[in-house]
Amino acid sequence: MNNRLEEYLIEKGLFITAISSILIILLIITFIFIEGFPAIESYGVLNFVFGSTWAPLKGEFGVLTMIVGTLGITFLALALAVPLSLLCAIFMAEIAPSSMRRILKPVIETLAAIPSVVYGFFGLIVLVPLMREQFGGTGFSMLTASVILMVMILPTIISVSEDALRSIPYEYKEASLALGATQWQTIKNVIFPAAIPGVITGIILGMGRAIGETLAVIMVAGNVTQFPSSVLDPVRALTSNIAIEMGYATGMHYNALFGTAIVLFFMIIFLLVLANYFHYKKKVVIGGGYL
Amino acid sequence: MVNPGSSHESIQIAGSTSVQPVAEKLAQEYMNSHPDVRINVQGGGSGLGIRSTQQGIIEIGTSSKKLNDNESKDLKQYIIGKEGIVVGVNKENTVDDLTINQIRDIFSGKISNWKEVGGSNQEIHVIVREEGSGTRTAFEDIVMDEEDIRPESIVQSSTEMVKQAVKQDPQAIGFVSLAHLGDDVKALMVGGIAPTEHSVSKGTYLIQRPFIFLVKGEPESTLKEFIRWIYSNEGQEVIRSEKIVPFIANVSDDS
Repeated sequence: MNNRLEEYLIEKGLFITAISSILIILLIITFIFIEGFPAIESYGVLNFVFGSTWAPLKGEFGVLTMIVGTLGITFLALALAVPLSLLCAIFMAEIAPSSMRRILKPVIETLAAIPSVVYGFFGLIVLVPLMREQFGGTGFSMLTASVILMVMILPTIISVSEDALRSIPYEYKEASLALGATQWQTIKNVIFPAAIPGVITGIILGMGRAIGETLAVIMVAGNVTQFPSSVLDPVRALTSNIAIEMGYATGMHYNALFGTAIVLFFMIIFLLVLANYFHYKKKVVIGGGYL
Repeated sequence: MVNPGSSHESIQIAGSTSVQPVAEKLAQEYMNSHPDVRINVQGGGSGLGIRSTQQGIIEIGTSSKKLNDNESKDLKQYIIGKEGIVVGVNKENTVDDLTINQIRDIFSGKISNWKEVGGSNQEIHVIVREEGSGTRTAFEDIVMDEEDIRPESIVQSSTEMVKQAVKQDPQAIGFVSLAHLGDDVKALMVGGIAPTEHSVSKGTYLIQRPFIFLVKGEPESTLKEFIRWIYSNEGQEVIRSEKIVPFIANVSDDS
């Protein structure tokens, strides 16, 4: 009887813990929708999402330039970070001697522990002048923000990918080497393909961090609400827009900032669904992924 | 001194959101030393402050812009302090002095190269604060004169970041409030006058705005005490701590 009661309590306790985290997220989402909906409704969904003028004091709330800004910064950062971090992960998992790995791993993990304001300040003081001298313009640009984000998401992608590579059963490697494949052939044709689902998880996590990062981006992206004509033009991300203007916003402007959050919410959902689709697809095709 | 059950004297303050922080600080300090007085501070904008005071809804209205003749009718104005805004450039920049019109043209985009105002042949990089920021609003009110700030200006979300952005870019120009000016940037003279507490207080430095308390008719009893206290050393110290140039000279007007 006592055991059954204990089982019951533990079971319900775990259930409540699990459900409460979902409830909290639902509460936040509900709140964002309640606050943001009036702006989107009165300005019109299409005008809001596809409008290219953001002038809150004149009642213009088009966020398209910022959608472009967020996507541009994020994908540019991924394009820079993914090759670098995958090669790094392969090196650490397969090639580096364990003594070197013992140094590399904590160093890379330290990168993840640096607060984003430090990255942002570093970007403002060091990277922005460098960009200005190299490419002209103001130095505040999509590329500058992407380079900072690249450094910020490297540790995530490296750590998760390395774990994925290391968790491939040793038999795979033995079998490949026994067939006469070189180490590189083994990595390229056996280990890496088998680890792809885990690698994609790492990229998804990195992308999540890149989309959500606010402070560092505000400091180096220039925050201009115009369409960039090149990667060297300043842009404003959706998250930056909320953080920059929330302090003063009242009335419809305030609602429009929550509307910005709704747009961001749908973008993230869409990207996550897309990424999970590839994750799932690769798992089926390869058939060897245990991840 | 507080007798339980005794009624509080109360003062309602409303108006300019720029004046609101300093008014709140003044109210708080005053209530600390005068527990029998209740002061309630609200925003709403300078226009609302002026109207509500004229209609007698509130005791003190606040405004961060000069009143025209029609607005100032029946109202007694107490300038509690002045906020100066400094236009700053990089220390390597050879330009030292601009007129208000030149500054307006630079920020609106009509002037886009430093050589047009006597500097080197380089593009001007305009750095501004975000829409809604008090400093930006003040700058727009005083300098821009209905013209829009060029949309491709770089936006930085704090005074410190504006200063850092100007500090690291020889072609940059930005604005910060006088109280936050450090050694990072070179403060431009406006029409030959350098921005200092003195020149702002005297009114010779042009990019400035007054913080005004408005009272309908002659202030009496509690209200009079409060206004007198604002111009005391204690009150002026509070104003200075809120980064506003105090206006001690005005004390004589009160008595």
